[in-house]
Amino acid sequence: MSNAKDIFLKEATTSTADGPQRIFINKALGGYYTNRDIQKARYRDWERARDVASLAKWTAVNDLANTLEAFVAKFESNGGKVHWARDAEEARQIILQLIAKAKAKAVVKSKCMTTEEIHLNDALEKAGYSVVESDLGEFIQQLRGEAPYHFVFPCMHVKREEISALFTKHLGTAATNSPEELTMIARRHLRQLYVDADVGITGANFLVAETGQISITENEGNARLTAALPRIHIALSGIEKVVKKLDDLSVLLPMLATAGAGQPMTCYNTLYSGPRKPGECDGPEEFHLVLLDNARTQILADPEQRDSLHCIRCGACLNVCPIFKNIGGLAYGTTYQGPIGSVITPHLRGLKQWNHLSAASSLCGACTDACPVRIDLHHHLLQNRRNANQTSPTWFDRLFHRGFNFVISRPRLFAFGGRVFRFTLPLLKKIPLPYLSAWLKTRDLPPAPAQSFRQQWKESSHG
Amino acid sequence: MANARDEILARVREALKVTAPKPHFKSEPVSGRSTGTVKAWLPDGGETLSEQLNLLTENLAKLKANLVRVSDVSAAHQALQQIALTKKWKKVAYHSHPLVSPAAEALNCEKWEVTSSFDKQKLEGCDAGITSCEALVAQLGSILVSSESSGGRSLSVLPPVHVVIATVDQVVADLEVCFAEVLAKHGQKLPSMLSFITGPSRTGDIERILVLGAHGPKELYVILIG
Ligand code: SF4
Repeated sequence: MSNAKDIFLKEATTSTADGPQRIFINKALGGYYTNRDIQKARYRDWERARDVASLAKWTAVNDLANTLEAFVAKFESNGGKVHWARDAEEARQIILQLIAKAKAKAVVKSKCMTTEEIHLNDALEKAGYSVVESDLGEFIQQLRGEAPYHFVFPCMHVKREEISALFTKHLGTAATNSPEELTMIARRHLRQLYVDADVGITGANFLVAETGQISITENEGNARLTAALPRIHIALSGIEKVVKKLDDLSVLLPMLATAGAGQPMTCYNTLYSGPRKPGECDGPEEFHLVLLDNARTQILADPEQRDSLHCIRCGACLNVCPIFKNIGGLAYGTTYQGPIGSVITPHLRGLKQWNHLSAASSLCGACTDACPVRIDLHHHLLQNRRNANQTSPTWFDRLFHRGFNFVISRPRLFAFGGRVFRFTLPLLKKIPLPYLSAWLKTRDLPPAPAQSFRQQWKESSHG
Repeated sequence: MANARDEILARVREALKVTAPKPHFKSEPVSGRSTGTVKAWLPDGGETLSEQLNLLTENLAKLKANLVRVSDVSAAHQALQQIALTKKWKKVAYHSHPLVSPAAEALNCEKWEVTSSFDKQKLEGCDAGITSCEALVAQLGSILVSSESSGGRSLSVLPPVHVVIATVDQVVADLEVCFAEVLAKHGQKLPSMLSFITGPSRTGDIERILVLGAHGPKELYVILIG
């Protein structure tokens, strides 16, 4: 049995049983729903805007090689340097070498899920660099020694009292219950670290082929500072982030903000086209971009699920997902939580070990409805289930389907089985049976009807 | 071993040999633009200048940014003086620009013009950064600054207060128009940074409660002339 699955079941059971925590998460998301609806209402046609956003991504992804080449040529002509990484290890090595070559000591990072995906912090710390996460949520999670809970709201599960205690322990500050005070503590603490850092590492939300710019979306201003003050700026991005035209962003930027956080526009949307230019007051001397594959080409090769590369990581699908809201983000054990995480993690880390995430879905389709780029998320979960069954069915699946086939194709046997079943149904609750008992523990079993459906059908006027 | 670039591009080309179905759309793209005409579906940016100014005013207010409308340049200087007095500024930083320099130089506090190779530690100690901008976007209340028009990258984000001095002819309807203007103005020589600032810096990371002034400015002023 897969280890990841066992851990998932255990964690999910614990977090689901934690009522107060679930109420806390739902309360935290309450404000988001209100703001999202207010902002969506400002669109003259949200559904058509979704078409346009999804088309922009579709166009770039389905012509990825040319779009990437066009982007890279532009980017390098602006003075930046591109590095290609086939997998996580190669990306880590590239970044470590760049830092070593710069003789850097301190590294400041702004929020970037792709660096989480390649476990960059671990590698940097092992190599002896001090790394600080500058996004408030990521900073809190770094101090807690915990992975992000939600890839847009990393510490949405942590209460202010816990944050206060955490700051007292690590930064020696006085206890406070005010979110504002706590934010200011982090602000003061991180200020000097930006000024002192030699290298700034950021992610990228979009790569614009037309102009060779990278686009970074953030609310706090930490990415702005990370790309302004250190001598060297390194950005890490998946190859699927590229779009063709600068104008594509006139749809994608506002929709990212509205779908993901209920904002008209995220506070800072910044386009970088190179290192500091002659005549500019400040900015890094060097600008490097690491383009990461890490199984993205594998998703690309699956035409059915190719559209999962359209994801702009807005987080909307997590915010509306009944599974996410109940089990929480940590139970997933993945870099990307929620529906999109359940779709792509099997590609990134193996279907056999991570297929259980596709089973943890009510298939309600709330994610698909929420997705600003119209990724067919809930059908992809079904496809993962199907694929897992075809490639590595468990003995139970095999036996069950063979048995089912045998019975269903023999009407008399089926009728007989039904009769037996009607009588034995009440017993099911009493005897421990694999799978069934776990299901029945928290659910009521309705009483069996006196007659089978076929008998009822015959006796009714249809007969 | 092939290099990583060639190998990844080869994998991409191989993968794309199988085509993916095009999603089903209500709208079809307009040739030459991958997004088609989007104006009609996104939030309104206003047709006339007065509609645009109304939207800008409304959006900036919602974002908790302060808009000060003034009739001419000398009134803009007074408005800046007024902010400096109420905020008790001791030291401000600004960049060389025909709208910005005279206004900043008229202030009664310590003034410092950022030029190339300035001291970032010194900027960190300033009470405010005063800049011009590239454009103001009515549709969203965003202010577009650039490393060229706004004194580099950090002046508009490191000090605790950011003041933008702009004129009404810099107001554009929406992002679509804004991007077209950026491309027309700068062509191939884009500033190394272009940034849309939409309200003062903010975070909701603690219990999803909005706090202004996370890492960037806590307060944002727009002095709009005309
Ligand atoms: S799958 Fe769609 S809704 Fe989910 S994070 Fe990606 S873009 Fe947002």
